[in-house]
Amino acid sequence: MWGKNSAGAAALLLSAMVAGGALAQDVHVATTAIVEHPALDATRDGVRDELKEAGYEVGKNLTFTYESAQGNPGTAAQIARKLVGDKPSVIVPISTPSAQAVVAATKDIPVVFTAVTDPLGAKLVGSMEKPGGNVTGMSDLSPIGKHLALIKEITPQAKTLGVPFNPGEANSVTLLELIRKHAPEQGLQVVEAPAPRSAEVLAAAQSLIGKVDAIYVPTDNTIVSAFEAVVKVGIENRIPVYAGDTDSVPRGAIAALGFNYYDVGRQTGKMVVRVLKGEKPGDLPVEGVEITELHVNPAMAEKMGVTLPKAVVGRAKTVVK
Amino acid sequence: MNEIAFLGALEIGLVYGLVALGVFLSFRVLNFPDLTVDGSFPLGAAVTAALIVAGADPYLATGVAMLAGAAAGMVTAFLNLRFRILHLLASILTMIALYSINLRIMGRPNLALITEPTVLSPFEGLGLPGFYLKPLFALVVLLVAGGLLARFLASDYGLGLRATGANPRMARAQGVATGRSTYFGMALSNAMVALGGALFAQMNGFADITMGTGTIVVGLAAVIVGEVVLRSRLIVIAVVACVLGSVLYRIAIALALNADALGLQSSDLNLVTAILVAVALILPGARNPIKALFAKAGAR
Repeated sequence: MWGKNSAGAAALLLSAMVAGGALAQDVHVATTAIVEHPALDATRDGVRDELKEAGYEVGKNLTFTYESAQGNPGTAAQIARKLVGDKPSVIVPISTPSAQAVVAATKDIPVVFTAVTDPLGAKLVGSMEKPGGNVTGMSDLSPIGKHLALIKEITPQAKTLGVPFNPGEANSVTLLELIRKHAPEQGLQVVEAPAPRSAEVLAAAQSLIGKVDAIYVPTDNTIVSAFEAVVKVGIENRIPVYAGDTDSVPRGAIAALGFNYYDVGRQTGKMVVRVLKGEKPGDLPVEGVEITELHVNPAMAEKMGVTLPKAVVGRAKTVVK
Repeated sequence: MNEIAFLGALEIGLVYGLVALGVFLSFRVLNFPDLTVDGSFPLGAAVTAALIVAGADPYLATGVAMLAGAAAGMVTAFLNLRFRILHLLASILTMIALYSINLRIMGRPNLALITEPTVLSPFEGLGLPGFYLKPLFALVVLLVAGGLLARFLASDYGLGLRATGANPRMARAQGVATGRSTYFGMALSNAMVALGGALFAQMNGFADITMGTGTIVVGLAAVIVGEVVLRSRLIVIAVVACVLGSVLYRIAIALALNADALGLQSSDLNLVTAILVAVALILPGARNPIKALFAKAGAR
């Protein structure tokens, strides 16, 4: 069954070589993520919308595909092979395992990864400034230093900071290292609360009661998926809860200096467009998140025993009512 | 399905074929329902990745990974035999403990091997593209592992192992040390699963703490699909059936990945895979499906 298709692919390749530039107008951008998740889905939608703004529209001159491994790395590896076989113009893997599987599977098809916190540690690129080869992308590393400064600005009396996280998530472990590194600058002491599964988030948050003056939830998939459990503990014990992503503010974080993954997707989309226009991925530096915005939730702050300073509310982009 | 996707399914199916062989040995031969594999698969990946990153030879690293898997299997057997903890629970205990142990071994949840030497490195100079080389390498490993396993199960010691699973009292009466057989069988089973994990990590460029999730489901599905497609009392055929089942399972996923044309979404993947596997199970007895199904269930 594949013999026929591969013959078809060869014919297509041949006609592409003959037709040259004429076929180059139609592009195929293939996206894949390790699992269905609001942030990862928003990233994908951002990429698609940015492509549309640049003149690549689904149904006209753009084929836009999406595959999810439904949480299984074995399937992620298999999806990577399928995408390489499909020979799209650009592959956009979303999340670390998906990106590693794709980068291991191809050395020629351009890859623009996104929503990866530590591209160097994941060995996706050898250098952030000049990745080389067929790979570039963007990191979604939180500006931790700015986050801790915000916590200190809103709750200056805080001395200890509780951090629930999943020790099994590569991104979270990187973030925790950064938090430990930056905490002394703000006079904060870090108390860890590990939760390997979303069902254990409540217990992890409860373990912080009496030990911390504030809670900071990093961009951890497991904790964010059970964010309400942390908020409940925050309200009942009047411990302010901060978040690393703005999507968590309407869900009960009192403030977050974050970025939303839709904007991450838009920024990734800009990189994809540059690759589609002919730039070599290896020449494009790995980008960090450009747009950060402050979101605050004054009503929730009151419930957690904190009054947000006027200056902070004043510069917020969004004030949750 | 394009050629590279097919070869990818073949390669991953063959690698998981090692898992299927391990599961066949524990569930079918030893009659020991063993969930340790969800931990020993990532254990194999973690040990190999950590050693390779530390500069060890990939072949040595893969060998150590198999020993680590064997040790995990023996822990489960120990909990069961020595303390009479129910086999399912004993294996679950080992499995959840391995999650923490794997994190310790790797030092972080994800270790990348993309730029590191692997067992494939010596063959990369042959000019064969990766998408041919990897399945070919996996096939050779499977032929050796499957051949050795079939050979072992046909030996005197192997027969003792099979007797231990089939009828422990009879086996003891015949002078088989059933305890020792169980230890050995569980060690061998999990060593093969760890080898699968070690190969998966090296072929796909990473070891990730989440990669064990659902390993047992995939392994069991492969064993059962294989049994239905290729039913035989011959041990060689049974071993081939496991590997075949594993590859068929991957082809089902590859087909499901191409089901977009039918108006299905990427989120339907697991459902489509399940339906395809169910169809594969039902079809061989299609002439009289219901009777065939019950006859098989009754014979067990």
